[in-house]
Amino acid sequence: MTYTTEDMARRAAREIPAGSLVNLGIGLPTQVADYLPAGHAWLHSENGLLGMGPFPYEGDEDPNLINAGKQTVTVLPGGSTFDSAASFGMIRGGHVDIAILGAMQVSAGGDLANWAVPGGKVMGIGGAMDLANGCRRVIAMMQHTTKKGEHKLVARCDYPLTAMRVISLVITELGAFEPTGHGFRVVELAPGITQDRAQAATGAPLVYVL
Amino acid sequence: MTGKHGNKVVASIADALAPLKDGMTIMVGGFGLSGNPEALIRGVVERGVRDLTLVSNNAGNLGKGLATWLKAGIIKKVICSYIGANEDLHTRMASGEVKVEITPQGTLAERMRAAGAGIPAFFTPTGAGTIVEEGKEVRDIDGKRCLLEHALVGDVALVRAATCDHFGNLRFWRTARNFNPVMASAAKLSIVECDSLVENGAIDPDDVHLAGIFVHKIVHVPEHENAFEYRTVRKR
Repeated sequence: MTYTTEDMARRAAREIPAGSLVNLGIGLPTQVADYLPAGHAWLHSENGLLGMGPFPYEGDEDPNLINAGKQTVTVLPGGSTFDSAASFGMIRGGHVDIAILGAMQVSAGGDLANWAVPGGKVMGIGGAMDLANGCRRVIAMMQHTTKKGEHKLVARCDYPLTAMRVISLVITELGAFEPTGHGFRVVELAPGITQDRAQAATGAPLVYVL
Repeated sequence: MTGKHGNKVVASIADALAPLKDGMTIMVGGFGLSGNPEALIRGVVERGVRDLTLVSNNAGNLGKGLATWLKAGIIKKVICSYIGANEDLHTRMASGEVKVEITPQGTLAERMRAAGAGIPAFFTPTGAGTIVEEGKEVRDIDGKRCLLEHALVGDVALVRAATCDHFGNLRFWRTARNFNPVMASAAKLSIVECDSLVENGAIDPDDVHLAGIFVHKIVHVPEHENAFEYRTVRKR
């Protein structure tokens, strides 16, 4: 069976060592926070917050305490707030250990495209390019194919690029995959997913290294 | 001849916005709606200036905030980092009514920080290998492909602060801070809208988030909507 989004988030959480400083991109990656034990990692939000906590309980929402997706959040003891220039200095300056980002395409070379669909509405760049370039390890969390079944793990991206050669791991509903330069190494397949099915869904060679 | 740091507190939004002219570049604080100078934003529409270049991370959302400038037709160009679900901007971008320059968020912040800090241009790796490189000098620095970006100066910055004293020393609340400090430093005229106006001395020197050297006009606005965009809770 394919991984659910909860499985994917749980799998991504396993990539985060205790004591890490992590930025979770908007969309799918925000769910990773639900699978991090309390106190395990420090969460950074690009809009000027470190030590981000879970969503508030009803009645405790503060419209001026929000995450990058503009959802209301909380701040943990030891957290801090700062301005946008300082926030992106932390990101660009290599002080954030791990970024988990949504993706539209990832190439065998580790290129990331996640800010515009050709012919579609331009959502904008936001913090994506800074995060992808600046964070020390960047993990993509995405559906393996588009709704129409088009490949998203590809030999070369043809969507507008976010950054070149930045992705070290891709987590999809079919499993976890590492860009190798020529294709993707299969770290694991979701239970019941065959090698044939995974390769048919992927636009570059899958390799299995024992 | 008066210096810029005499009496900064003005009696009304209209007084604060009197120097605005058509065609100006106006920087407006906020990440989405959080940290918006709400009364100043309304005041610009009432002021009647047009053909503005707006610099802001987003151009409003849910029809609120800076989306009202779009609907009033007073914007010629937007420099922002994210459009998202802002239909008011999508439609005007598609029709060509508004020119939109989308820039990485960190680059936007750093261009304004640089302007305020007297750095005319800087190299950043953000955007290397993407369309953001177009028209820019690209240089390999210590093995990293970098782009030359230039300082971004505004005619006016509209800033929201939680607390402001009479010199213009500012404190911000939580994530309402965002772009407000760098914009205050990057504009020729910085106008602050504060929730709370206090006497000099009420803010301890060590507790100042942004020194009043960057602030030129202050208007006290005690009530704000502080709209939620995506109110999200967890179950007990």
